[in-house]
Amino acid sequence: MNFSPIAIALLAPIVGAMLLIFIPKDERRLIRWIAAFSMGIALLLSLAAYFMYDFVKGGFQYTISIPWVKELGITLALGADGLSLPMLLLTNLIGFSAIFASWNIDKRTKEFFILLLLLIAGVMGTFVSLDLFVFFLFYEVVVIPIYIMVIIWGSSKRVTKEYAGMKLTIYLLIGSAFLLVGLVALYLNAYPAGQRTFLMSALAQASFSESFQIYCFALLAFGFGSLLSMFPFHSWSPDGYAGAPTAVSMIHAGVLKKIGGYGLLRIGVLTLPLGAKFWAPVIALLAVGNVAYAGFIALAQKDLKYVVGYSSVSHMGYVLIGLAAMNVIGVNGAVANMFAHGVMSALFFAMIGWVYERTHTRWIPDLGGLGHQMPRVATGMLLAGMAGLGLPGLVSFVPEFTIFIGSFAAYPVLAVLAIAGVVITALYTLRVLANVLFGPRRAEFDDLQDIKGPEMVPLVVLGAVLILAGMFPWYLMDMVNAGVQPIVDTVLAKVSQMTALGGGVK
Amino acid sequence: MTDFVNFALYHAWLIPALPFLAFVLIVFGLRRHEKAAAATAISLTGISFLLALGVAGAVFSRPELVEKPLVYSARWFSMAGLSVEMGCLIDGTSAMMLFVVTLISTLVMIYSTGYMHGDEGFTRFFAYLSLFAASMLGLVIATNFLQLFVFWELVGLCSYLLIGYYYYKVSAREAAKKAFMTTRVGDFGLLVGIVLIQTFLGTMDFVELSGKLPAFAKEAPVLLTTIGFLVFIGPIGKSGQFPLHVWLPDAMEGPSPVSALIHAATMVVAGVYLVARAFTMFSVAPEAQHFVAYLGGFTAFFAASIALTQREMKRILAYSTISQLGYMIMALGVGSLTASMFHLMTHAYFKALMFLAAGSALHALHGKADIFEMGGLYRKMPWTAAFMVIGAIAIAGIPPFAGFWSKDEILVMTKLHGFTGLYYLASVTAFMTAFYMFRMVFTAFFGKENPENHPHESPVSMLVPMGVLAVLSVVGGLVGAPFVAKGFGYWVRYGAYHHPEFHADVAGISVLLALLGIALAWTIYGAKKVAAKDLAAKAGFLYTLSYNKYYIDELFQWINRVFADGTGKILYWVDLYIVDGIVNGLARLTAFAGERFRYVQNGQVQHYALVFFASVVFIILLSGLLGVTTAGVQSGGVAG
Repeated sequence: MNFSPIAIALLAPIVGAMLLIFIPKDERRLIRWIAAFSMGIALLLSLAAYFMYDFVKGGFQYTISIPWVKELGITLALGADGLSLPMLLLTNLIGFSAIFASWNIDKRTKEFFILLLLLIAGVMGTFVSLDLFVFFLFYEVVVIPIYIMVIIWGSSKRVTKEYAGMKLTIYLLIGSAFLLVGLVALYLNAYPAGQRTFLMSALAQASFSESFQIYCFALLAFGFGSLLSMFPFHSWSPDGYAGAPTAVSMIHAGVLKKIGGYGLLRIGVLTLPLGAKFWAPVIALLAVGNVAYAGFIALAQKDLKYVVGYSSVSHMGYVLIGLAAMNVIGVNGAVANMFAHGVMSALFFAMIGWVYERTHTRWIPDLGGLGHQMPRVATGMLLAGMAGLGLPGLVSFVPEFTIFIGSFAAYPVLAVLAIAGVVITALYTLRVLANVLFGPRRAEFDDLQDIKGPEMVPLVVLGAVLILAGMFPWYLMDMVNAGVQPIVDTVLAKVSQMTALGGGVK
Repeated sequence: MTDFVNFALYHAWLIPALPFLAFVLIVFGLRRHEKAAAATAISLTGISFLLALGVAGAVFSRPELVEKPLVYSARWFSMAGLSVEMGCLIDGTSAMMLFVVTLISTLVMIYSTGYMHGDEGFTRFFAYLSLFAASMLGLVIATNFLQLFVFWELVGLCSYLLIGYYYYKVSAREAAKKAFMTTRVGDFGLLVGIVLIQTFLGTMDFVELSGKLPAFAKEAPVLLTTIGFLVFIGPIGKSGQFPLHVWLPDAMEGPSPVSALIHAATMVVAGVYLVARAFTMFSVAPEAQHFVAYLGGFTAFFAASIALTQREMKRILAYSTISQLGYMIMALGVGSLTASMFHLMTHAYFKALMFLAAGSALHALHGKADIFEMGGLYRKMPWTAAFMVIGAIAIAGIPPFAGFWSKDEILVMTKLHGFTGLYYLASVTAFMTAFYMFRMVFTAFFGKENPENHPHESPVSMLVPMGVLAVLSVVGGLVGAPFVAKGFGYWVRYGAYHHPEFHADVAGISVLLALLGIALAWTIYGAKKVAAKDLAAKAGFLYTLSYNKYYIDELFQWINRVFADGTGKILYWVDLYIVDGIVNGLARLTAFAGERFRYVQNGQVQHYALVFFASVVFIILLSGLLGVTTAGVQSGGVAG
């Protein structure tokens, strides 16, 4: 078998978690460093996988395939293409940063880091699985640590952490219940008994009737859409992030919800192109709901985490409208924007975490002038905020612009409404930055310490990616394009072929 | 020498890259070394200035560049159907801008070593200034709309950071926010315009566009006009045109060197420059172009009418900037790129000079801003006063000072191209300009001294840059004077070259009006023959309207509060009580159902069997009704 960096990257946090089981719970330093070390390995390997990807060859690389349950056609198949690699890299960038963002956790440190590593491994697994069953398995693995982490290490503000954890989990489960039905329907309808398989590549080659595609895509769109906080199935997101501990907010907003967009494209659009085409206008409409509705609500928020929570819902609107455009440019933008939003929202949540840890409040009217005492945290927030409002030179400008171009070709009016979102975004972002970071020095914060040492890691890692990916966007866009172009080509070919046949066989 | 000129021409990307390098060096290494930081910023920007001179030399030695720009670029990102490059476009216009921006940046940086001396954020200030210079220069050499937009936003960021430089002041913080927000509204229009250009013309490249636009104008005139309007919304925000001018006076919260560099000489003219770059587009979209002309002319008049009654020195200068930007925009609208760019250049000299002189005065008075609390400053600050007077004469349009030539060119072109109404409006504006400028000069620098003030002349580091600008404010306009063969208009133009003509009537009237304005200011504020208060009382309503800036700020605040915040609050309520209400309601329903259904699970096997049987019957009936069988689904699936 070939050396597969992605497989080892996936194993690293799992091995780390297993090691932690044998460490005495009072060895906090050791626990933290083991977690950091295992995520460091995973990060390095995913960087290597990203930059060693062979563009000439294209397709899935670093593949591993081990038959698992032959009777059901389940294979432990891993691999990565231009669509998975940015997501894999994102998972590890955020995962690595999340370890350091949790550096000061004193309560049940050992359990915390075990769960965090399992969570990261679960997310990573979904992005590198080539088998639908394995994909779903990893997705379900993610739910358990999230629930426990929110109710033990979370915080209660507007809603209690128990409510937040419950809401987050139930939403994830309801989404996944619809997904499960959809995926099983796919599995059963693709091939006759005996030839059935869960391999995504095989499912993508199967053909389905138009009516099946339409109802099955609706199931997937609901499942993946609610994970991506698609309007109006978004209300778990702000409460969930607010209740969750920093690391969970970072991972959830940063990468976990992107499984929704990833799955929608990789499984939904690719396997069920006619269904996607049928539902795309609805998704585009809901996407504008995301952008505008959540944007306006973010204006009315007073809790920092709720601002970023609603802002995250708003940004997912761009991802959705880009996907709904169903052309290369729009989908490229959507995928790149998932990466961009991941980096900046994780950075924002990390910085909010530091502010909360020191001031014990996230209530904006109680904060102010923090630029005086915590210039580094202020820099991080400024960077994340500027990226959020789509400033060129930072990671999200090129993806957003690409989405605008792609979605305008498909839905001109909706696209212009979505572009108007840049004004609302600026309005709430600038207000938060002004009210939290700037203004007169407040004496009550004078003894607060700025971040230093290992606490700097999230700022340095995520901030560097934010700037570098913004200045040199081709490193991101070429990779995304290598993954998206073949998918969109296949989809468009299938659509034109099937509409030529009169909409498929009834 | 030719080696250097050629090197500069083909390495023009170094001009923005060097100040950016200065920014990086200061942020990552020189944060605690004030002198080294300032030296790095000044020397690297200075080298950029030399390179800009080289580029200008290259254009002079190769006149064909004026009509056929030299373009070289590299891929930024691309995919099927969308390809974006970053590069350099060198022609007479961009060469002129490179010269002006590097020159003023370097001078302002030198001035700042004196002005910002002892400030705790000294290195931060130089880092931001360097980043600004880099972004502005990147904007100038842009080869396409998207590159221009990228740097357009970055200069906006620097403006935001520098307006909010004294971030502990609430007023500065709010002004920074307002500037970003207002220009954002303009950027939205510009962005939609760019998306339309890419979608319908298939390219964003300036040179390619100028080839495609004439044909496109015949095919889709309405669409092109729409694009023109949308693109122009950007400059309305950035270059402070009515009604998005409101941020610029507030931007004076930034340190004075920032006001001089960003909010007078360079960044605010980015909108003018954008229209100039997109001149091909506007010249084939006449409705959009006329709109540009009338909005510019109106803004020039409107802002001047506010400047008449303002009391803070830098605010008067800010409204004057808005007014002068209106002139530049109007010149583009009436179809003269040359006149607009010429005024842009001379305005950069004399307005930067006036802001630096104002900074020198405010520095000496520890931030006292009201001109009526100053008085007699010339005694203690002769150099500063002299510089301010030179700037005021230049802006008033007295020959042979720089402002005369460029303003005259604008007036001539407006009249010649048949915009008679605008010509009269612009002439009246010239009168008002002379009046309000000398109102400020006579009040602040002459007359009785205020005993509370203890002004002192500024250090040499501040006086020398002002001196350079003063010289340019006097002679800088001669390059475009009618008696110069192959002058400014030969190198910076659109279309064929027309030698500027001297129109004695236009020049005579404008000079006369300017002199009248100065005389009136002298009568009221110098000799005090007429009491200003009586005049204000007589003007009554008009005075109040002007002093309160026509209440446009209040209007915007109201819109913001009612529409943006109001919508936000309403939708939040909807989210909490309707969207989430349904979710929580469903959850409660489930809990309720669970409560009821637990009686179903009673452990009696015969009961379960009954339910099981009933369910099977129900499902069979249902599938019979809907005509669905497992086989049917499967065969359909395979065949499809």
